[in-house]
Amino acid sequence: MNRLAVELPGLSLKNPIMPASGCFGFGREYAKFYDLSVLGAIMIKATTLEARFGNPTPRVAETPSGMLNAIGLQNPGVDRVINEELPWLAQYDVPIIANVAGSTVEEYVEVARRISKAPNVHALELNISCPNVKKGGIAFGTVPEVAAELTRAVKEVSDVPVYVKLSPNVTNIVAMARAVEQAGADGLTMINTLLGMRIDVKTAKPILANRTGGLSGPAIKPIAIRMIYEVSQAVSIPIIGMGGIESAEDVIEFFYAGASAVAIGTANFIDPYVCPNIIRDLPNVLDELRIDHISQCTGRGWNNGQTVYCGT
Amino acid sequence: MKENMKIIANRQIAKDIYELTLAGSLVQRMRTPGQFVHMKVANSGPLLRRPLSLCDINQEANECTIIYRAEGAGTTLLSQKLPGDTVDVLGPLGNGFSVSALSSGQRALLVGGGIGVPPLYELAKQLVKKGVFVTIVLGFQTKDVVFYEERFASFGETYVATVDGSYGMKGFVTDVIHHHRLSFHVLYACGPKPMLRALANEFPHQDVYLSLEERMGCGIGACFACVCRVPHSETAYKKVCSDGPVFRAGEVVL
Repeated sequence: MNRLAVELPGLSLKNPIMPASGCFGFGREYAKFYDLSVLGAIMIKATTLEARFGNPTPRVAETPSGMLNAIGLQNPGVDRVINEELPWLAQYDVPIIANVAGSTVEEYVEVARRISKAPNVHALELNISCPNVKKGGIAFGTVPEVAAELTRAVKEVSDVPVYVKLSPNVTNIVAMARAVEQAGADGLTMINTLLGMRIDVKTAKPILANRTGGLSGPAIKPIAIRMIYEVSQAVSIPIIGMGGIESAEDVIEFFYAGASAVAIGTANFIDPYVCPNIIRDLPNVLDELRIDHISQCTGRGWNNGQTVYCGT
Repeated sequence: MKENMKIIANRQIAKDIYELTLAGSLVQRMRTPGQFVHMKVANSGPLLRRPLSLCDINQEANECTIIYRAEGAGTTLLSQKLPGDTVDVLGPLGNGFSVSALSSGQRALLVGGGIGVPPLYELAKQLVKKGVFVTIVLGFQTKDVVFYEERFASFGETYVATVDGSYGMKGFVTDVIHHHRLSFHVLYACGPKPMLRALANEFPHQDVYLSLEERMGCGIGACFACVCRVPHSETAYKKVCSDGPVFRAGEVVL
């Protein structure tokens, strides 16, 4: 028995560990460090219809236990991702979750329609939560009706299951989760970064050229845990959890909160080997906890050990 | 690519400037001047790594030297480390200075500004070993932060300028180049962007290599934090960490 294997809509994962979108590029850099086939899946960098340069630099700033980024969805455009990046990734035995972004509903729909046809794309992650672009991104992720409408439109054209990436920059994340679930979302990924800012003490100017950026890293982990804990009790679709995960113990905590798989983001920047290390460590942690299978952890924080979502 | 390297020495050599010597097998991978390492100073404290350029590579002794300025939280913490302590080092990373751009008997001009000076040391060493004649121009803010003048002088004619005139010639590195009418086959520079821009504008038709500095996230090309624009394109880019940090003048927008 593979005690780490997880079944989710569109995804048969050999383990529940995947790098988070925007923290792994399209995999090429990390392939120099290890065999990408060890990963459960890869969430590739957000893709828009046309190529984007993104924001001016500085684009990152360190914070206590975290970092701010304002990259601005830099990417080579959907056609180049389909023609160059995805075929390159196909050499690895790993399902791809394609992060889809846009400025308008039409753009999201077109990107989703095209990229969901790529053979190694097993699911889409609808990015309605990027805080670093003027149009689109988070604009679709803070009003339940708007998020639901977009989810419906993308579901109609997508050849693969659609996961919606939720923003923590809302007053009621449960309402957002319910809205996209009712609109047909197959799963949720959460959380994206929290909007934050730093100001240089010497110059009195914002450190990021974009002024504000998205906060990630261990600093946001308790927020992610709380939100997954709330949302997982309110919906019946699975959650891929993320937000400051650094270790196998963190993974278990996310599962206990209600996640069925997890993504690793900022930690990849600090240790390029963090994903394979966590995959290596997980069985030992399960042993210590006397748990047979990782899926048994899902929702334990609130359901007294009943399995919530164990797939099909 | 990643190792807990042992600190052999960590001593102050000028105001806020420290010379750190590290030992470890990673040194055997270090070949090219201008490459950098990405260092995690401590398990607690600053989250991200710090990119620090290699100053001296000594493969026989399995040691490398890094010179840094104790400025923020990470480098201040690093300055408090003692011999025998370890630091988590990822690298070497990036593409360094092309030593093969010159052959024996040709002339190189090495220009460094402030904390951009260190990578020129290994470069000078390798060029001289090859039989290239090197001239070195070092620019600093003030006398207190001048370092490595004598060590560079052992490789070739070395000039120092300070902005406030407290040491060497008063002014900028470009003033020194004009004043002494320094000529070269290839110019290599590392320092603040205004200095690099001035050099690129000064010698538009010559072979000029510039090492850039930018705030980095991952240091390996994945996070897109340290990108710069490419001339005449709206979307083309280069990453300072993995395409650079050394670029030919004109290759990227400064």
